Amino acid sequence: MSRLLLRGGRLVDPASRHDGTADVLVEDGRVVEVGSGLDGTGAEVVDCDGLVVCPGLVDLHVHLREPGREDAETIETGSRAAALGGYTAVCPMPNTDPVADNAGVVEMVAARGREVGLVEVFPVGAVTLGQRGSELAELGAMARSAARVDCFSDDGRPIREARLLRLALEYARAFDAVIADHAEDASLTDGAQMHEGEVSAMLGLAGWPAAAEEMVVARDLLLAELTGGRLHLCHVSTAGAVEVVRAARARGVRVTAEAAPHHFTLTDEAARSYDPVFKVNPPLREKADVEAVRLGLADGTLDAIATDHAPHAREDKEVEWATAPPGMLGLETALAVTLTELVEPGYLDLAVAVERLTVGPARCRRVSGHGGPVAPGAPANLAVFDPAAVWTVDRARLASRARNTPFHGRQLRGRVVHTLLRGVFTVCDGQATR
Amino acid sequence: MQKHLLSAGDLTAGDIARVLDTAAHLAKVTDRAIKKVPTLRGRTVCNLFFEDSTRTRISFELAAKRLSADVINFSAKGSSVSKGESLKDTAITLEAMGVDAIVIRHGASGAPWRLAEWVQAVVVNAGDGTHEHPTQALLDLYTMRQRFPSFDGLKVAIVGDVLHSRVARSNVLALTTMGAEVTLVAPPTLLPARVETWGVAVSYDLDAVLPKQDVAMMLRVQLERQRAGFFPSLREYARLYGLDGRRLDAMADHAIVMHPGPMNRGVEIAAEVADSIERSVIADQVANGISVRMALLYLLLGGPEVTT
Repeated sequence: MSRLLLRGGRLVDPASRHDGTADVLVEDGRVVEVGSGLDGTGAEVVDCDGLVVCPGLVDLHVHLREPGREDAETIETGSRAAALGGYTAVCPMPNTDPVADNAGVVEMVAARGREVGLVEVFPVGAVTLGQRGSELAELGAMARSAARVDCFSDDGRPIREARLLRLALEYARAFDAVIADHAEDASLTDGAQMHEGEVSAMLGLAGWPAAAEEMVVARDLLLAELTGGRLHLCHVSTAGAVEVVRAARARGVRVTAEAAPHHFTLTDEAARSYDPVFKVNPPLREKADVEAVRLGLADGTLDAIATDHAPHAREDKEVEWATAPPGMLGLETALAVTLTELVEPGYLDLAVAVERLTVGPARCRRVSGHGGPVAPGAPANLAVFDPAAVWTVDRARLASRARNTPFHGRQLRGRVVHTLLRGVFTVCDGQATR
Repeated sequence: MQKHLLSAGDLTAGDIARVLDTAAHLAKVTDRAIKKVPTLRGRTVCNLFFEDSTRTRISFELAAKRLSADVINFSAKGSSVSKGESLKDTAITLEAMGVDAIVIRHGASGAPWRLAEWVQAVVVNAGDGTHEHPTQALLDLYTMRQRFPSFDGLKVAIVGDVLHSRVARSNVLALTTMGAEVTLVAPPTLLPARVETWGVAVSYDLDAVLPKQDVAMMLRVQLERQRAGFFPSLREYARLYGLDGRRLDAMADHAIVMHPGPMNRGVEIAAEVADSIERSVIADQVANGISVRMALLYLLLGGPEVTT
């Protein structure tokens, strides 16, 4: 029998509305007791004084590139990056090669995740065959597979045809599954390289107007209302989109939404370097959009912080801007970026920030056993971080196989000390255990 | 001046004046029987052209040769990707060969910025994507200065596809730096987002603008823009935004007409306007291009100060 006592930390557990000093006793992978002055006899005692203990983080939106682009990332390297970021659950998107549009691929991804054992991997299945947007993939087969997929997305691409999204939202109700849409009107973004605005005009790069996201968000919300299906909006990036979601929620539309750390931190000004490390889709927007996304996370219009962790091989990013694929890393920096950019300036309390990284995303789809509550009987999926530790992001020291972090050289506050997956250290003293 | 010439926006008014003064001095070389000075002997300039542009390449080639530099032409038609070698590898190759300056023309906006990160050599932007073409702007300013005493308050209309024009971007930057009053004239579909932040006037009405201008700079309109739906037809474009004889007559007597070439006669400019001996300075632009590029190579490659 293995016993572990996390002693004296500040337990922030939004699911049980707990925020205060507490010990957490873990036995055989499960939480057995939460309280003060717990008896550590026979247990490995971990001093958490000055540290925050919280549920393991949940990322609704990552790209692990396996199968197909193992030179950029693998389920193993991506899992290690996730664990180092405090995550215990990640949801890889289906735009692999082959596409995860059938039971075989999603089962392979889930199984490989279990084999690696650093985080729990909950694959997202494709909505349409090959993500081509023409016919539905076998959602039922994926839902009933060993991977038990309950979230589908054509992420990277929008579902262009309203009729097809409508059918997907309706059909998925049979499995109580979520359709996560990448909102982009492709006819407005043909050839687009960055956010359309003053900077794109000066840089001579074709623009991706905010309206191209907002009109599809509006369409999706109307279809969610029409069908009663479960809609999730990926990477909301504009002030207008936040506003449309806020209004829809106010009238009771069943929708959840996420925002990515780069969208509440960086602006299109970063493109002036022409360094494609700042190229991402949806693109980095303007100051007012960054502010709106922050406020959307603060008032709960946006449920979750999701990284859209998108590793790319070095040679794919060391090219001209227009040639580079969009996407940036996020798993190893999300918590610290959130603490530095949202908590420190006062947009979010620490407890709310933890909520948006744990139970917030966990409620958007089934990721059972993750996100809290940290209560007796629950699997011990936990993160322990030092909210005061200051560190500088160094792309050369990332666990991810790729190097395309937009935060290289940035000083951040908050560092993961330990991560536990079902009571086992995946990260101990800031180092991955495997 | 900065080490590279990437954007016309990197040049101060002093830099621009220095380039134009140096060009005026070097133009005298062109008038000699032996059109060559030994200034850049032993230096190597590479013309790295990923897009066809015979006139720009030849202009740079002549400029470098008249300064006695060795010139190599590296023409890589199409994108670096389709060619199989990356821009970075090309850069490393040229660097290893020890070139002193790379003149780059590339279809991707920003490519010269990427190149400048990878090489020690001086990088000169000879046109990148739909972004900038700073040497064109400098030769345009040189041409204007031949006709007008000062840029201060000089009224310049830039007419046409501003959205996709590298000539327009660089000219706006250089002209506003020098104190000229720029008016962009185009259909709204061919103006960039938030053009109101550029510090220029904007109009959709060429007839209203032309009589007040000292300079009308006509931009080349590309057929593919019509196919992409930016305007309904070339005929309608010509009718609304083309410079024909009637519109030329409405301009001030001293006003000049410019075009970066190559021209679509009958579309953005009528043949009678292009060939007007009194008003068209289009051939001067080509001739001046060599002197201005000589001046740039000379200044960027660290030749001794020229006194005029």
